[in-house]
Order: sequence, then C-alpha cells, then structure tokens
Amino acid sequence: MSIAWTTPVARVGRATLDTAAGFGRFGGFMVSAGRAGADVRTWGVMLARHMAQLGVDSLPIALFIAAFTGVVLALQASYTFTGAIPLYFVGVLVGKTMILELGPVLTGLALAGRVGANIAAELGTMRVTEQIDALETLGYDPMSYLVVPRVLAGIIMFPVVVALANVMGIAAGWVTAINLLDLSTPEFTRGLRLFFVPFDVTFSLIKAASFGAVVTAIGCFYGFHTAGGAAAVGRSTTQAVVVSSMLILVLDAFWAVVLL
Amino acid sequence: MREVSKGFGERLILDGISLEVREGETLAVIGASGVGKSVLLKCIVRLLEVDAGSVHVDGQDVALLERDELYDLRRRVGYVFQFAALFDSMSVFDNVAMGLRRIGTPADETVERVRDALRLVEMEGYEDRLPAELSGGQRKRIGMARAITTRPKYLLYDEPTTGLDPVTTAVIDELVLRMAGELGVTGLVVTHDMKSAYRVADRVAMLHGGRIRFQGTPEEIQRAEDPVVRGFVEGRPDLAREVA
Repeated sequence: MSIAWTTPVARVGRATLDTAAGFGRFGGFMVSAGRAGADVRTWGVMLARHMAQLGVDSLPIALFIAAFTGVVLALQASYTFTGAIPLYFVGVLVGKTMILELGPVLTGLALAGRVGANIAAELGTMRVTEQIDALETLGYDPMSYLVVPRVLAGIIMFPVVVALANVMGIAAGWVTAINLLDLSTPEFTRGLRLFFVPFDVTFSLIKAASFGAVVTAIGCFYGFHTAGGAAAVGRSTTQAVVVSSMLILVLDAFWAVVLL
Repeated sequence: MREVSKGFGERLILDGISLEVREGETLAVIGASGVGKSVLLKCIVRLLEVDAGSVHVDGQDVALLERDELYDLRRRVGYVFQFAALFDSMSVFDNVAMGLRRIGTPADETVERVRDALRLVEMEGYEDRLPAELSGGQRKRIGMARAITTRPKYLLYDEPTTGLDPVTTAVIDELVLRMAGELGVTGLVVTHDMKSAYRVADRVAMLHGGRIRFQGTPEEIQRAEDPVVRGFVEGRPDLAREVA
C-alpha cells in the first residue's frame, strides 16, 4: 500500500540526487579540463583548427538569424512608435536590442544547436567507438587534446561571431528603415547614436564569451560521458543542446543583474 | 594482477582475479562474450579503475601512478582495440603516426617508422586512405601498426580476430606471432576464438564467472577435464550447463 504514495516521492528524490550527481560530475570534469590547460603543447596545435572550424562554420547561420532579426526589429519598432515617439527611435531600438540582447542570445541559442550538438555527437561517437580510449593508450590526455581547445575556441570565437551578427542585424535594420519606413540614413544613425555607450559592446562580448564557454563545455561533457551505442550519442546530443540553451538564458539574466 | 575485482553498479564482472604474464610470452585469455575479458585489459592500462586488488606493470602499481607516470607507462603498452578504434577523421598515416608525434619524434623519422609499421602489417600504400575506406581486417592491421610504432614492450590485443573471415583471421594470427617473434613483445590476447588462441598463445587462461577457471598451455587446455572448460573449448554448451 505504501508503494503507491512513496513512488512519486522516490522519483523526485532520485531525480534530485541525479541532478546533484550531474553537477558534481560536471564540476570534476571542469577541474580536470582546467588542469589539462597546462598541457599547452597538446592543445596549442589544435586550437587554430577548432577556432577556424567553429567561427567559419557558425557565421552563415548567425548572420542569417541576425539579418532577419534586424528587419523585424525595425518594422516592429516603427509599428509600435507610430504617432507617439519620433521615428528615429527605430535606430535606438534596433541598435540597443541587437547589441545588448538579441545579437548574443539568438546567436548563442543557434550555436548551442549547431556547435554544441556537433561537439557532443563527435565526442560521443569517439567515446562509444573507443577512440577516446585509443587516445589515452597513445599517451594523449583527452582533456588536453579534445576538450581544452574546443572550449577555448568557443570563448574566443563566439564574441567574434556575435560582433559580426550585431553588425549584420543593425545593417539589416538600417536597410529596412530606409527602404520600407519613412526614415533617412541620418535619422536612423541619429537614433543609433542617441543612447549608445561603448560599454554596450563590452557587455555584448562578455555575454558571448560566456555563452561560448557554456556551449562548448556542455557539449564536451555530454559527449565525453556517453555510454552505449548510437542511441546514447543521440541522447547526449539532445541533452547538450537542451542544457546549454537553458544555461544561456540563465547566464543572460545573470549578466543583466551583475553588469547593468 | 592480484585479487582484482571490478564491477559496474551491482554487477560484479571480475571477482578477485590473479593473473601473471611472463616476460616474452603470449598469454591468451579466453572466455564467453561478456565475461569481462575487455574489462580485464582496460584495467591493466587504467582505462578502467579496479575496485579492489592491484595491477602491476614492470613492478609499478598502476593505481598509484601519477598522471605523467601513467602516460609514460601507456607508451610502453601498445593496445589493439576490438574494432580498431581508428580516428575516423584522420588518414591511415596520421593514425599510425599519432603515438610518435606525442613523444616528439622528428618528422622524417616518423615517416620512416610509420612506413616500417605498415610494411610489417602488409598495408603499405594505404597511407592516404581514410578508415572508412578500409575493410574490417585492414582496419585491425592498421590498429596493430599504430600500436607498435612506439616500439612498446607489451601488446594488449582485444579480440583481434572477432568478425573476420578465416583467411584474414590467419593473417592476423600470423601478425601476432610476428610481433612476438620479430619485436620480442610480451603479448596478452583476449579472444573467444579457440583456433586463434591455440595458434598464437604460449599459455591460455580461461575467464569464467568473474574468476580464472583454468591456466595452462594450449595442449593442457585441450586435455582439461573441467566440464566448463571442455564445454567452451569444444563448443559444447551442454557440458557447461550440466555444471550450472
């Protein structure tokens, strides 16, 4: 009889313990990665390749998203401001929103799907086909060889991609404003400059770097701890995308509280 | 290996195993699928940590080694994986050269030693191929070449002939013998292929129920009276079932 009501409680308990154990494992994983950072000889030769791969491969999707976001922002700002607020405020809204929020967050979420999933699937496949074990038997620390260069590439390249996405979004907003709205280039740029402070860019890039760290570290973690076969690789990939997307939103709020 | 135990969750795979591999010999560990043969190999180079007991290589307790000492030991132990575990994004040349690059071998010497290793496994001319372009037997041979380039003192073979046709199996067995004969390597071969074990091994140990059930020469195991051993060796599950 007692089983009926204790089962849900037991499930919650197990889920809580599993979550706590997951945090513990991730902490241990990051400590190992930190230690492996001293092995520059191993990760140094891999870094440039991962930076190029991550940056170049991510640009098309990031720019695509930013371009359409810029278009929509300009049109929605114009729709909202009509009659009440001067139209050059379209520039304010496009610039501020792209740089402070949508540039980093939308790019981060898109790259969680693209880069995070890619890393989790690649390392997961390497794990289940014993390639990670093979690395170890050849004297390579997999942390130095696989994890450190990917996480560093994420921290370095996400800000670059986000900076370009911000530029693309604002440019798309400007093109929309001068073609579809009753707005000239001087008016748009007047709005763009009105509340701009250089810290906005710093804020955007700090967020981007932290998203880069989270997406790559979570992708590596789930890939590394894949156990089983093809289905397990699929599960790891999904978990990496879901968890890193959630953490991006948590970090987004965290930076707003801490830095603004 | 002394009194080694290893389990996963509540399932005990190795239950207090003691086993010695003598210098220069090739020892075959036989046993049914899933009995823990690969686990045993992985414990030797600490790809898996033992739960109890100890593993000694060259007098060093593997569990007590610091990170650098462990990687140093792994360079002395070549490992041939069951499905070769080749790095699928790299060419055959790069796969075989990985261990040499790790120890800082000069580029021209690396080319020479990769070529030597590929010649030994009769895979010359495949340097630019990707693993996906190779058959199962070819992949295993490349896996062997990769394991021997750093001239290890010991070689661990995880099911080197599983899934191969009889001719390729004989070729792989021949390679195992050449590793021992030409390179003087001490070998530990994990297999469930009895023909292969008879061909390559100086001694055979049978793993059953988490313990070593039998140890002896290939001739001795063929004369064994233990029904479990006979059942496995003769491929007669009815004998083993009688004991259970």
